[in-house]
Amino acid sequence: MANNDHGHGEHPSFFQEGGKGLMSWVYTLDHKRIGLMYLVSVLVMFGVGGVMALLVRLELFSPGKTFLTAHQYNQVFTLHGAIMVFLFIIPAVPAALGNFVLPLLLGTKDVAFPRLNIFSFYIYVMGAIIAIAAIVMGGVDTGWTFYTPYSVGSSGKVIWMVFGVFVLGFSSILTGLNFIATTHKLRAPGMTWSRMPLFCWGIYATSLIQVLATPVLAITLLMLIIERAWGVGIFDPAKGGDAVLFQHFFWFYSHPAVYIMILPGMAIISEIIPTFSKKAIFGYKAIGMSSVAIAIIGFLVWGHHMFVSGQSAFASMVFSFLTFLVAIPSGIKVFNWTATMYKGSITFETPMLYALAFLFLFTIGGLTGIFLGALSVNVHLTDTYFVVAHFHYVMMGGTVIAFYGGVHYWWPKMTGRMYNEKLARLACLLVFIGFNVTFLTQFVLGSKGMPRRYYDYLPEFQTLHQVSTVGSWILGLGFLIMVGYLLASLKVGAVAPANPWGGLTLEWQTSSPPPLHNFEKQPNTKIGPYDYGVPLPPKKPGTLEGAVHGTSS
Amino acid sequence: MNILLQWAPFMPPAASHNAGNVDNLYGFIFWLSVVFFILVIGPGAWFVYKYRLKPGESHKPTPRITHHLGLELTWSIIPLLLCIVIAVWGFWDFMALGVSPADAEEIYVTGYKWGWRFEHRDGTKELNELHLPEGKKIKVIMTAEDVIHSFFVPDFRVKQDLPPGRYTTLWFEPKGVGEHQVFCTEYCGDGHSGMLAKIIVQPKEKYEEWIKVGTPLAQGETLEDRGKKLYSDKGCATCHSVDGSKLTGPSFKAIYGNPQPLIDGSNVNVDENFLRESILNPQAKVAQGYPPVMPSYQGALKEMDLNALIAYIKSLK
Repeated sequence: MANNDHGHGEHPSFFQEGGKGLMSWVYTLDHKRIGLMYLVSVLVMFGVGGVMALLVRLELFSPGKTFLTAHQYNQVFTLHGAIMVFLFIIPAVPAALGNFVLPLLLGTKDVAFPRLNIFSFYIYVMGAIIAIAAIVMGGVDTGWTFYTPYSVGSSGKVIWMVFGVFVLGFSSILTGLNFIATTHKLRAPGMTWSRMPLFCWGIYATSLIQVLATPVLAITLLMLIIERAWGVGIFDPAKGGDAVLFQHFFWFYSHPAVYIMILPGMAIISEIIPTFSKKAIFGYKAIGMSSVAIAIIGFLVWGHHMFVSGQSAFASMVFSFLTFLVAIPSGIKVFNWTATMYKGSITFETPMLYALAFLFLFTIGGLTGIFLGALSVNVHLTDTYFVVAHFHYVMMGGTVIAFYGGVHYWWPKMTGRMYNEKLARLACLLVFIGFNVTFLTQFVLGSKGMPRRYYDYLPEFQTLHQVSTVGSWILGLGFLIMVGYLLASLKVGAVAPANPWGGLTLEWQTSSPPPLHNFEKQPNTKIGPYDYGVPLPPKKPGTLEGAVHGTSS
Repeated sequence: MNILLQWAPFMPPAASHNAGNVDNLYGFIFWLSVVFFILVIGPGAWFVYKYRLKPGESHKPTPRITHHLGLELTWSIIPLLLCIVIAVWGFWDFMALGVSPADAEEIYVTGYKWGWRFEHRDGTKELNELHLPEGKKIKVIMTAEDVIHSFFVPDFRVKQDLPPGRYTTLWFEPKGVGEHQVFCTEYCGDGHSGMLAKIIVQPKEKYEEWIKVGTPLAQGETLEDRGKKLYSDKGCATCHSVDGSKLTGPSFKAIYGNPQPLIDGSNVNVDENFLRESILNPQAKVAQGYPPVMPSYQGALKEMDLNALIAYIKSLK
């Protein structure tokens, strides 16, 4: 991040202004530095979780023992899931990118509570250390879902891991709280709610879920700890508990958490597509409101993880209907993004390639969700590789791809450097191909009946497993190249201009990287975030904004 | 390319009377998804191609199209209606899968780490194999001994979790005769992927013969061969290796004829009687260094099966 020669900017960047040395980072209250510290942390965690994923795929290259024992394999897939969910994907977009760009997009100098912000980062670090301690001291083999009663009796360091996740939850709650307050109180003059960039809408909706749902997870995990440590029978039927109760509690958080993961991804896409299409976003209100709708309905669908758990048929019916209801706002977003490109002036820099990959992958992820929402079909597909493929298309093809789109989109703003565009496009292509090879095959495996979390499998599944494993290598290579050129850009990358992509949101009105207080002068909010091109002639004289209408021009 | 000719691509053979209904909806969603995928990605790809900035050109102003109510209502309401159709259809078949008919034959199923115990009404017990007569409706009443397991028969399109401490049920009516794979689909620990069973649907006469004497030896099959098959079918392999490696239980390699230390500190000579006792009443003499977790196979092995297993263990020198 050394940016000593800030050639274009007259003002020193926050790298210089905030002081030098380790302590300037440890004690910082600057949202940009906190965002970057989060970014480095989540990228490291993505690396660790990614290595676990490669090990899982490698072990599955052949049936029986390839190089891990069943117990080691179970630990590795558990850690892959737990690290990716709790240490990477939940904080990735909101805490890392959100921290850096949300105040910039809102035209303010920092978040509402800077001290709370650095506190939440240190809570994250503490949670991560506890979780990693659990791994080092013997690992966990319960799956990231910690289902009871297995997790009550399992030999691993379940209490440590669960306590780590418990601590991480507070980081998530505090970040959400901070962003809600920031969005309400610190928008630049002239930025009304309806002129707020869609990224902010997405992060706002996400923050609401973080604040409202995470405490439920915290309570659930605490009960699990109490049960394991003191033998109180809450979830273990042998002690008079209810095994399925845990699933209700767990998914009451973890399904909304799916939206904690995907909404910020969608929010990034809503920024990238208009910028690289040089076109006003189509259906601003629909996209913004659908984020809020998803956040609300997302609280009412947790039972769709439990159609075969033994919950009542009536409950299953209600959850199935509500699940289909939540599909509609997601569909609206996809249609709106596509329509935004209509009559655009589209260029294909790396962030746009990620956005297009997102559209492709998320559409598959969403459509395969329809299979799983339908009760009778769900019975066959649930807990098979079909589910594994589906949520990877949503979580990785959706959120992770969007996250890397965002990293590439704001990298010049964050570091003041441009990365090698050719290598970046190559890496994006490899990630896209590798991802599809890895996970399309898993839909087929799942339909054929291959159960998930299997160390060993029947010989008839071998070919598809091998194709999937080869795909994971292509995927890994793509990410390896990405690490290379991103690190290289910090040393040898061209100096980034203030607005490399021609964006209209406020972060592009300040230098790259921005000064400590973000803006030298009050940012101009007269131009809306998506006011590209020319307004259409009004249909009726006298109605200007609202009547800009129609696709017929 | 025969995928394009199938209504329900990638699904396993439909071997129960309800499987066809599930496949109908699966196929409907599959092909509807293909259509919607084309409807989304098609225009997207076309816009990307048509409205790309060509080399050497500079950006021209784009029309500021902010929304279009009619279009937005269309792509909200049509998917909503289709979703309602799918939800009702899915629920309809789900109820058919869930409500077992009154004349169904009842089988009790217990899942444990890591195997399946099946109990017929006449007292016949089986492990990891369920023999059924052709042409019967079957209702399984299930529970688990330790943690949650899940009973999944892909060919029948049925799956149901077995939480410990309560019963869950499902039913199916197999079509014709044949063998069908059973998987455990709720993660249950190290032996999860080995927690398999077979459902063997036989013509009535053959089924009755099996009830009486078990499966007779095939032409040229030795007792050791049968023992080897039982070793993998009955779940012995989950905990006992044949190559000397240490699993949950002692390895069978060279166990016969050698002294075996027990947890009470004594030694026992491994002979036919010790093997027989250890299979039928495993807790009587527990080998040192191993947890006392083996379930009893009393009633689950016919007399000949026991002989075959012991013969196989003896052959592992």
